[in-house]
Parts: sequence; structure tokens; C-alpha cells
Amino acid sequence: MTMVVSSPHRTRGDRVARLMLLVIGCTAPGMATLMSFFGWGVMFQVWLAIGAALATEALCLSARGRSPKRELKDFTAVLTGVLLGLAIPPYAPWWIIVTGTAFAIIFGKHLYGGLGMNPFNPAMVGYVFLLITFPTQMTSWTPPLSLSDAPPGLLDSIAVIFTGETMDDRSLNALRMGVDGFTMATPLDALKVDLNQGLMISEVQQHPVYGAFAGAGWEWVNVAFLFGGFILIQQKAITWAIPGGVLTGIFASSLLFNIWNPDAYASPLFHLFSGGTMMAAFFIATDPVSASTTPKGRWYYGLGIGVLIYLIRTFGGYPDAVAFAVLLMNIAAPTIDLYTTPVVYGHKQEH
Amino acid sequence: MAWHLHGFPGGIHPARMNKSPAVDNPIESLPLPPHLILPLHQHSGEPAIPVVEVGQKVRRGQLIAKAAPGRSAAVHAPANGEISFIGFHACPNDSGMHEQCIGICTDEEGELDEDEFVDDISLTEEEMRQRIAMAGIVGLGGAGFPTEKKLTRHGTKYLIINAAECEPYISCDDRLMRERAPQIVEGIHILARLLQAEKILFAIEDNKPEALKEIALACFETDIEVVVIPTKYPSGAQKQLVQNLLGIEVPSGQHSTSLGIVMYNVGTCYAVSRAIAHSEPLISRIVTVTGDAVQRPGNYEVLIGTPIEYLLQHAGVHSDKLRRVVMGGPIMGIAINNLGAPVTKLTNCLIASGPGELDEDLRARECIRCGDCVEACPASLLPQQLYWHIKTGAYERAENLHLDDCIECGACAYVCPSHIPLVQYYRHGKSHLWLRQQERQKAEHAKQRFEARQARLEREKEEKALRHKRAAEARLAAAQASEARATETQPAAKAEPDKPVIEQHNDRMSEVLAAVERARKKKTDPDAENKS
Repeated sequence: MTMVVSSPHRTRGDRVARLMLLVIGCTAPGMATLMSFFGWGVMFQVWLAIGAALATEALCLSARGRSPKRELKDFTAVLTGVLLGLAIPPYAPWWIIVTGTAFAIIFGKHLYGGLGMNPFNPAMVGYVFLLITFPTQMTSWTPPLSLSDAPPGLLDSIAVIFTGETMDDRSLNALRMGVDGFTMATPLDALKVDLNQGLMISEVQQHPVYGAFAGAGWEWVNVAFLFGGFILIQQKAITWAIPGGVLTGIFASSLLFNIWNPDAYASPLFHLFSGGTMMAAFFIATDPVSASTTPKGRWYYGLGIGVLIYLIRTFGGYPDAVAFAVLLMNIAAPTIDLYTTPVVYGHKQEH
Repeated sequence: MAWHLHGFPGGIHPARMNKSPAVDNPIESLPLPPHLILPLHQHSGEPAIPVVEVGQKVRRGQLIAKAAPGRSAAVHAPANGEISFIGFHACPNDSGMHEQCIGICTDEEGELDEDEFVDDISLTEEEMRQRIAMAGIVGLGGAGFPTEKKLTRHGTKYLIINAAECEPYISCDDRLMRERAPQIVEGIHILARLLQAEKILFAIEDNKPEALKEIALACFETDIEVVVIPTKYPSGAQKQLVQNLLGIEVPSGQHSTSLGIVMYNVGTCYAVSRAIAHSEPLISRIVTVTGDAVQRPGNYEVLIGTPIEYLLQHAGVHSDKLRRVVMGGPIMGIAINNLGAPVTKLTNCLIASGPGELDEDLRARECIRCGDCVEACPASLLPQQLYWHIKTGAYERAENLHLDDCIECGACAYVCPSHIPLVQYYRHGKSHLWLRQQERQKAEHAKQRFEARQARLEREKEEKALRHKRAAEARLAAAQASEARATETQPAAKAEPDKPVIEQHNDRMSEVLAAVERARKKKTDPDAENKS
């Protein structure tokens, strides 16, 4: 009775941790599908990322005089780790994900003041750092297990991540061989290379890596992330505005170019279900801290990311473009907020 | 035909409304407490002015403090007794500051005067207004606006009766409607007659079916339209209710009365009916007493001024279970630090919370800009941006985002996953801006004073100069005039400059002597001149 307290006396309570756990939980379908197509490596990358994220976060919090015990429980660092772990090639060497995650936590988050203060999505900061610093390792995707010449087992996966070679001394490059004896690329990567060699979309898509409609394995991974995203919306962890904007942006711009010249530009279906599209739309772009905060602004923010993903994929130098698109729109978020302030009650212009 | 609702943005649906079990029990009268404490400030506006002295005997219903000029409301003795003190006492306010009160030692002796029944049809409208003003009735929904001050006759388009009661726990209006619907409707008719309202809307949330039944029955074949609105917090907020019912927004900085919309709470309507039909001033009200720490939650008819402690004890409070006492609802209510504070006209609910019932020691985390608050805000503000600006001291930016239009409903703080006490930030921001405005006004006044002084000095200087100039001119003029006079009076002298001075003098003397002679002659023989 002695404490001085102020209204509200009842709230929905401290829910940050639950929210983060829900988002992490909703990545499960995507993660499982990714694993089923690309092997155990996915799981190890995610575990390594979580470990690195927690360790770095704890160090940063201690260094800043905060209580790691209390603040680690908000699971935000774990989420950053999970997203980064899912984004990188499953058999990249262990130090890639460890340095990437540490960079994300330190430079993407704590140098700006920690949770809630960062203007950029930490996972994407880490991703871009890795992509620029270690381009080879970051683009060394192995083919889906079904198309692989020699799919790695559980122990092989551990060995190749930690030593660079499998138990029977095969290198990562050997693992990247397809059944046809060629080094495999991701569908987005292959599309770009083949188009540059003067092939037409219809010819390119004969290649087995394209799968049923958008890329072997990748299409189902995207379907799984889409499913997880719907759960997030249904659970009201995110609103539809940002993912809706991203998907509309990609769909509209790819449709436009596809109609104009279907031989040179892939279909909306291909773009929507390739690479990291769905994960970006529902799990990465929706990071509230670095996104726009107004109801209208979120829609424009998402739309911007969608259009940028398409433009960078199609005309830029990188096959997938999620990280760049998200970071670029992070820069724009405060300005978007400024111009999308809703009309406050009682300020409607009279007609 | 059902009334078309327009809805309002935002709002929340609190998980536990906790209206039961208090609402299930009939209204119970509280025994007369040994002493009563009547705060002089139980309404919005100026405190009332005491008209009694310590030691004076008062009767139930007697005026003990009259309304101050301007916006204020009278206070009456709720029971027979003796004035025990006039001075500072703990009051239920959020600042914890003591306020001016009048204490009454109640007297069980002495028969209560039987209510004088007055047929309201025999009263003129002016008499009714007077009586409502004299009864000290204020808005019982929580704002405490003196009822009579809203009874402006001109062009009332809508009279809205607010029975939304949207906060969790509170059920006093619900119970009142269930038990005393005809009196409420009578009060509505009185208000409608005084306001000459074109349309009367009675808004009630759909979570009160029993009350709705009683009200609908009482309103049968009247011109009152009962409108059922969906349960959502804060539907009972004045501006949101106007928006929901009429689809219009009250312009920022204005009152709904400027649009011809007047709103009263159901409890207020009941009090009006008591004042007109029973000549009873506002001396009691229904208070919901509830929470895990009370044994007998319910709605009690309580004399204004009853110490909260007395009321809680009567409801069977477990002091070992008691964690916090909140006056009002859990979302907007205030924590009571001193249980000796009295029930006032604005006390609609007392929550004696048990362990874990209300939030305890949830430390705020960092804002993650999730935007849940934006969705919850019924005023379409950007709560998290307001929070950022106020936190970093950028009060002007918060002002530009219309901080002033925040109604402090607390919906944003309710949904905040980081448990940030957002409303406290807004109150802080508002008070800072208010202070700054005061300072600015003060500075402006000082500047005006300085400029006025400068202008005055300047004017005085000019006037002085002007005076000097005028004096100089006057002197010059005088000199010229005297010179002119000199020329006029000495024409001969001037005409004959060559004549010796002594002769000129002699001439002048002879003229004077001649004049004197004429005068004397005139005096001795007044007719001489006429004759001659």
C-alpha cells in the first residue's frame, strides 16, 4: 500500500518475450522445410547463430552496465540469430555465422543503444556485412538434397561446417556438385547468369534447379514461411500491412516487366516464391524497431521493400536482394513516418 | 429501426471485465458512518465556499458550501450532525495532496426530514434550473462538470445519455439502471425539457442485457431512442461516444456543446430526478466496491463524505490480502494512498485488489515500436512517437503530433508489450507544455509591461518636450500679446513719439481722472447719463 502507482493498474502485461518467442516459433515450418531440402546444415547454422547471439548480447549488456540475466530473457537476440542462421548457406564455415551474428548484435544493435534504438534491422546488417566481406562463402549454396550428387549426412554436415571437409575428405565444393556434375547455384543466381548468356526465360527454366514453379526446394520453403507468416498475422503478432506491401511490391513490379517482355523477365510467381521472399515479407521486414510505425507508412514501407527487392534482383549485382532492400527502406522509415502521420481526432478538415 | 452506428477507431477489449460478482447483488444502503468528510472540490472548476462554522449543527440536505463564481458546485450535508472541522484532509486524488474539506460528526438522533415531493410540472423551467444548480449536481461519470452549466438552452440537437460504463469492474450504473430505470428516465425528461433537445439518444453497451431490458421498458413509448453499442473500451469517453453515435468528431479544443450535443451520465440523470422530484441535493451516490480483497463485493448507496475505509470495512476487506485500493476503473483509476479519504461525488468504484489481481512490479522494457498502441489509440495519435519525443525532451515535436488531443484513456498503455507507463509520459509532457506556455505568457506579459513602460517614458518625454514647447510658445505669444497690448494701449504715445514723456504722463492722468469723475457721477446720479 505504500507504493505510489499510476494508471493503468491493469495491462496485458510484459509481453515482449512472448511476442519474440511466437515469431521464433512461427519460423519453424520454414526452418523444417529448409532442413528437409538442404540438410542438417540449416539446423547447425541456426544453433551456432543463437549461441553467438546470446554470447555477444550478454557481453554487450555487461559492458553497458545492464543486467544480462534480465534482458536476455526478451529473446530478441535469439530471434536475430535465428533469422541470420536461416539466411546464410547451410554449409558455410562456422566462423561465418559466428562473426556475422556478433557483428549484427554489436554494430546493428548495441552501438545504437540496444533494443528499440537501432535504425537498421540487425540481422540484415550482419548479412550484408558477411555478403560484402566473404562473398564466396556467402554464395556457396549447395543444391537441394534431391539434386545433389552427394548429399551430406548429419556427421558430414558438422564436419564440413567446422573443418571445411566432410568425414571422407570431400570439400564444400564437392558438395556443391549437382547430379549432372555441374556446380549448382540457387534459382535466382542461375536465372541471372543464364539470362546474361542470352538465354530466354523459357529455356532457362528447363534446368532442374527451377523445380515445379519457382525453384527446386525454394518454392516449398517459401510456402512454409508464408504459412508461418499467416499464423503471425492470425496471432496479431504482426499486421498485414508490411508483408502485404512487400508482396504487392514484388508482384506488381514483376508482373509489369513480365507482361512487357516475358522472355527476359521472370513471372511474378517465380519472384514471389524464390529465395528469401516470404521470409523477408513476414519475418524480416516486419521487425518493428526498424520499420515505419504509422499505419499507412507501414504499407508504403513494405511496398518499397518489395519494389527494391525486384529491382535489385533484376537489374542489380546481387541475386537475392532482401537485405539491401530492407536496409534501404530502414533509412527511409523516419521520413515515411513524417509524411504519413494519421489525422488526429478532431483535426479532420471540414468540407 | 436500429440506430446506425459509425464506430470509432482503436479501442481495446480487456480480457477480464470483472463486472461480476459486484453487479449480481442488489444495491445496498451503507449504515450511517460516525463522521463524514466533504471535500470542497468534488467537481471540475473552482472549490466551493464554506457557509457554515465549526460547531454548527447541520441538517441533512443543508447547504454547507456554496458554489464559487464561475464553474463550481455546491456541497450539502449528507446527514444530520455537527460541523467538526473545516480544513485540510486527505482526499482521493492522484497527487496525494490534502485538500480543503468540511468534517461532520454525524448524529443518529434527530428524525430525517421526510422528502418533500414536488410535482415537477408545477415548476417553471427557471425554477428547475435553479434547483439543479442548488442541488450541487455534477457529472457523475467521472468528469464532474457541474450539470447546470451544461443546461444552455440554445439549439440542442442531441441529448446523449451515457450508460456505456466501459471500464472493467465498474457496475454502479448497470445496477442503477436495473433497479431505478423509471427515475433515470424521469431525469432524462427533465433535462430534455430544459435543453429543448431535438433528439434523445440513450447509449448502452451490449454487455448489460438486464439493464438494457429495464431501460427499454422505461423508455417504451417515449421519444428516447435506446442505442445498443458494442462493448469496447473506451466507448464511454465523451468524444468517442459522439463519434460512434453521430459519425462526427468534436473539433480539437472545442466541447461537444458547441456542436449542440450535450451528454449526461445515467447517474447524473438519476440525481436530477431526485433533485426535482424529491428536493434532494446530491448527498449520496452508488459506489461499486469490488476486488479480490473484499468479502462482499457489491454496489452500495453511500453518503458522499463516507471514509473509504468505513465503506471497505463494511464490504468485508481482508487487510492481509489487500494489495492496492484503486478509485475508478483499473485502466484510468487512481491509487488511493490514504484510506481515510472520503467517497466523493466522483467515486464510482473502489477496487480493493488482492495479490496478482492488478499489475505489480512489472518493470518497463524498451519500446520495440510494435505499433500496438497506434492500433489501440481511439484518437488516432501515434503514442509511441509521442513517447519518444517526450522521453528525449522534444516536447514541441510531441505538441506538433497533437499531444493535447490525448484523452488519457490508457488503451495504449494497456496493450504495450513492454509495459511502458505511456499515459504518465503524456501527462508529464502535457504539464511541461502547460508550464512552458505559462512561462511564455509570463514572458509575454513582462515584455508587454516593459514595452508599455518604454512607451510611457517615451510619451512622457514627448509630452514634457511638448509642454516645454507649448510653454515656450505660450511665453512667446504672451510676450507678443503684451507687446501688442502695449502698442494698443499707447497709441497716442506711439502716435506722438516726439511729445515729452512727462506730458504723455499728464495726458494719461487726465484721462484717468476724467474716467473716475464719470464713474462717480454715474454712481451718485444713475439717471444722469440717461438724461443727458
